[in-house]
Amino acid sequence: MDLADRVLAGDQRAIARAISLVENEPDAAAGLLRHMAGRIGHARVIGVTGAPGVGKSTLVDRLAAEYRRMGRTVGILAIDPTSPISGGAILGDRVRMQRHVFDEGVYVRSMATHGRLGGLSHATSDAVLILDAAGRDVVLIETAGVGQAEVDIARTADASIVVTIPDAGDGVQAMKAGIMEIGDVFVVNKLDRPGAERAAAEIEEMLSLREYGEGTWRPPVLKTRAATGEGVAAVVEAVERFAGQPAETRERRRTRARTRLTDLLRQQFVERLEHSEETRKLLDEAVERMAAGEIDPYAAVAEIMERTS
Amino acid sequence: MARPIRVVIAKPGLDGHDRGAKVIARALRDAGMEVIYTGLRQTPEQIVEVALQEDADVIGLSILSGAHNHICPRLVSLLREKGLGDVLVVVGGIIPDADVPQLEALGISGVFQPGTPMQAISRFIESRVQRGASAAT
Repeated sequence: MDLADRVLAGDQRAIARAISLVENEPDAAAGLLRHMAGRIGHARVIGVTGAPGVGKSTLVDRLAAEYRRMGRTVGILAIDPTSPISGGAILGDRVRMQRHVFDEGVYVRSMATHGRLGGLSHATSDAVLILDAAGRDVVLIETAGVGQAEVDIARTADASIVVTIPDAGDGVQAMKAGIMEIGDVFVVNKLDRPGAERAAAEIEEMLSLREYGEGTWRPPVLKTRAATGEGVAAVVEAVERFAGQPAETRERRRTRARTRLTDLLRQQFVERLEHSEETRKLLDEAVERMAAGEIDPYAAVAEIMERTS
Repeated sequence: MARPIRVVIAKPGLDGHDRGAKVIARALRDAGMEVIYTGLRQTPEQIVEVALQEDADVIGLSILSGAHNHICPRLVSLLREKGLGDVLVVVGGIIPDADVPQLEALGISGVFQPGTPMQAISRFIESRVQRGASAAT
């Protein structure tokens, strides 16, 4: 049986190999993903994001346990940053997910952000496709922090959970800086710590600044203690309620498809230009003239577009 | 694009001393590898399952407790059972000289005793994994 068939049959080793392919060998991955067509679109894709140290891994671990209790299979993509200096990474999220290691119904993959070739967004979204095709009912994506690429991922998941902790003046500040918009469900984790009520109230206050028309989703703010599992069932319930709105899910999936499609087109368009000698010469000339200040970037692009179309 | 070498670092056994494992994890990251750190008290069964799910090229064990003669044979035989016989296994920690030949005979590719420079370990892994990759093509 070849790799694609083994992925479709749900074989863990094949899933592992296939994810390495989408991370490192785009051409081979393209061939592989072609076999997945028709088997994709069944998985519930859930993003979990928040500042470092708020308990994302522990929460993901508990969410996986909750979905397992409901009889669903789970794939987890745990993302940590690549060091920009060495290109290496320490991927440590598994430490908090050990209970699932012998459960065939939970597959955990640690991924680094890379930072080249579309990095996080391209490999992560392709890994989601693989887990989906492999029959995982739920795919949990744990992002590394609150960078722009992660916002993109979260925005295109079927549902996004934004996690913070009490008394993290910083946590709430960070949320103001952009991730407030992406949360479909907000979680104040470590509810046993002082200030949990206040943190939840602050988020509620920020949410109340938005307008909610009839039938639009107002993100709930929930409190959990992931270390013990307290409050986690309510998070799953909220996520399911949100993702259970068919129009919402369709719209998310459309966004996800469009983002991926335009990314790939952009990438392949540039590759094609660089591939042929003739067009590469055009690029090189434009670079020279731009560097010398003879032409502005817009004019250079207009020229190249005209001469290559 | 060259695929980064993926290494599972595990600390089997019951003692709680994971400093060595963390130091080597950082050193391998600084050498450009992706290090999956799994934490304390891992059984051979857990380590092999993680290596499978993570599509690891290398397993690095930190063993200080003297349990290497128990853990290593079990790990190697589980790897073969799961079809992961091509995963490179290296061991670091307190390993008596007398035990080294036996571990190597088992299929442990590298045994690193206290005082081994970090660069020697990362260079060893790089040379072995590259050799394996070119043999496969």
